[in-house]
Amino acid sequence: MAAPQFEVPKLTGYIEVPAVKEGASAHIKSFPANAGIQEIIGFPAGAEPGELVDGWHDKAIAKMGDLLGRYRSLQVFMDACVHCGACTDKCHYFLGTGDPKNMPVARQELMRSVYRRHFTFAGKYFPSLVGAKDLTKEVIEDWYKYYYQCSECRRCSVFCPYGIDTAEVTMAGREILDTVGYGQKYTNEIMGKLHKIGNNLGLPGPALQDTLEGLEEDMLDATGVAVKLPLDVEGVEVLLVTPSADFFAEPHVESLMGYGKVFHAAGISWTLSSKASEAGNFGMFIGSYENTRRAAMRIREAALELGVKRIVVGECGHAWRVAYSFWNTLIGVGAGGADPFSIELQKQLDPRYPAPQHICEFTNDLIKQGKLKFDKSLNDHRVVTFHDSCNVARGSRMGDIPGGQFIIPREVIKAVVNNYHDMAEETIGESTFCCGGGGGLLTDDLLELRVKGALPRMEALNNVVQEKKVNFLALICAICKAQFNKVVPFYGFDMSMVGGVHQLVSTAILLEKEEE
Amino acid sequence: MSFLTVLYACIFYAATAMLVGGLVVKINRYARTPAPLKIPTTPAPTTTGGVVFRMAREVALFESLFKSNKWIWLFGWLFHVSLLLVVLRHLRYFTEPVWFWVVWAQPFGMYAGFAMVAGLGGLWARRFLVDRVRYISTPSDHLMLMLLIGIGLSGLGMSFVAHTDIVAVKEFFLGLMVFDLKPLPADPVLLVHLSLVALLMVIFPISKLLHAPGIFFSPTRNQTDDSRERRHIAPWATKFDAGSGSKSE
Repeated sequence: MAAPQFEVPKLTGYIEVPAVKEGASAHIKSFPANAGIQEIIGFPAGAEPGELVDGWHDKAIAKMGDLLGRYRSLQVFMDACVHCGACTDKCHYFLGTGDPKNMPVARQELMRSVYRRHFTFAGKYFPSLVGAKDLTKEVIEDWYKYYYQCSECRRCSVFCPYGIDTAEVTMAGREILDTVGYGQKYTNEIMGKLHKIGNNLGLPGPALQDTLEGLEEDMLDATGVAVKLPLDVEGVEVLLVTPSADFFAEPHVESLMGYGKVFHAAGISWTLSSKASEAGNFGMFIGSYENTRRAAMRIREAALELGVKRIVVGECGHAWRVAYSFWNTLIGVGAGGADPFSIELQKQLDPRYPAPQHICEFTNDLIKQGKLKFDKSLNDHRVVTFHDSCNVARGSRMGDIPGGQFIIPREVIKAVVNNYHDMAEETIGESTFCCGGGGGLLTDDLLELRVKGALPRMEALNNVVQEKKVNFLALICAICKAQFNKVVPFYGFDMSMVGGVHQLVSTAILLEKEEE
Repeated sequence: MSFLTVLYACIFYAATAMLVGGLVVKINRYARTPAPLKIPTTPAPTTTGGVVFRMAREVALFESLFKSNKWIWLFGWLFHVSLLLVVLRHLRYFTEPVWFWVVWAQPFGMYAGFAMVAGLGGLWARRFLVDRVRYISTPSDHLMLMLLIGIGLSGLGMSFVAHTDIVAVKEFFLGLMVFDLKPLPADPVLLVHLSLVALLMVIFPISKLLHAPGIFFSPTRNQTDDSRERRHIAPWATKFDAGSGSKSE
């Protein structure tokens, strides 16, 4: 780890609310996208990355009007805020940087001030009274910086008396920026790879096949059991859609092997798909309905082509939000649709299971039915805590009851480990802190923000490390895994303490040898 | 008929028209704008009944605000509940005979005026004392609090310090409602009180006071968590389901 070019916050044992330091993170700015990247996902670009297109002002205002007419959330959220301050100490990026523009209300205000100026009576005639502002290049620059310092984790929306969700404002801000040629390189480039190749890593089918075969050999060597990771097999029971990081990144790949072992032990036929080799969907990060839908269509097409009965989603936070909350709307994966588009898929999927299903729901059901055998002592070298991923916690559900997304992963963990401790209550469940790298910010050009944004989680983690000797941070999100892997060393932790829930399952599961 | 009476009659007709008209326009817009995706802040209720209960808790108890910050909750809730009592008490000036429950609310409404001003004072103090709230406060935030405190103090003044001819005031408003003008007392405190109330009515639909209707339309609070069981799709999005829009490449 190279010496950081910024001051890493010190852990104090408490999550402290910093004093307001104007401009504290104004120097943090992710790389803008070039024209090639913008074009693939259907957006224009100026001559240089970050240069606005001709007529940008009117185009941006027109786009804002368009979004206000298409999204009730944006329209209501622009009007309803009373500046009460309830959200001001809730954002991990504010807690980590002290920059007031990272307070949710101030982040929203970047757009609300322009909304007032152009779309409200008070802002048109009394701009300074109500804080209305013209859309200038400086304002656009602030939008770009601070809408890419929001991970769309929705923590603020829990605490707002009107449920104002800054993620909705950030998404709208990014879509307007994309419309005038000011996209972000990291997110939009990945979006393009997903459209062109089928996954965020740009890993083509044959390379994926090779990787999976290598992992099968590893598992055979380690366990003596031929656990398979099937690809593009037609007519099987389950299509597993998982983040592509699971195919090669550490510690993600450990969970992939865990999924494989669960399917093997339960005797349920399954497959991965080279066409739908990505659960992640960065279209949501940029608020683009069209891009989100287009990316998700791969899953629908793969499910129809392979003729599967069930669709299960691997460990990925925002992917699960898109799958759970949006797939039924976007691609008809779910129940209740009475239109031909939905019925085509419903006829094929087994109605006895929810569509889609989270891998933790899948595994937990098998555990409850007694179909999996574990030796929990195999995890006795670990003292485990669980980080609720923001998008799972506040944008989705698991199981039948509200809050099942908090219960089910913990039930899975407790079925496979003996030593488990939760972090402080105000930092988990619906109040969980984002890892600091979500929402399209998992890029090295934002490393300072990522390290500082992880501060609240690191404080909570450090407390259980000190008090309970925790040495394993269990996760169900590819972004959380990559983010923590990178930032925990800044806070003095070993990166090997970061891993997946199904990595724990993988360690403890007992597989029957074929000859027995 | 005095100029003053005619003036205030006109003011209140205009203010009522702007309040009602403005709210109709805004509520209509909120209701007609689709929410294309399921975005309840979870954990969220899975049934409509559950959503009604969640919204009721939010509106009556300020549940999310309570989770967030006990001081803002205390001052904010105190102000809103007191305002409700005060408004209910004021129904006696618009009804004859006075409804029995308005009679019951009368003593509570009288003293709620003090609690209302106290709550507003606490909220205003935060705008100076807490650096984060100071940073986000605009001139209109301060003026809004001044306006509400002005209404409260002028009202309390008439209740507890210098009584106005309340019988005549009631005659004026009862007459106003049937387009039959009755003389309004030329009491300066009363005129200040009424002017500020009219101003509040006018700015309601063009200001942050839209949080009142807004919360009922907030998708994060009013949606059921049933996305796997029911297909939810906006009219503008249905076109994607057919034709070339249904391909990933």
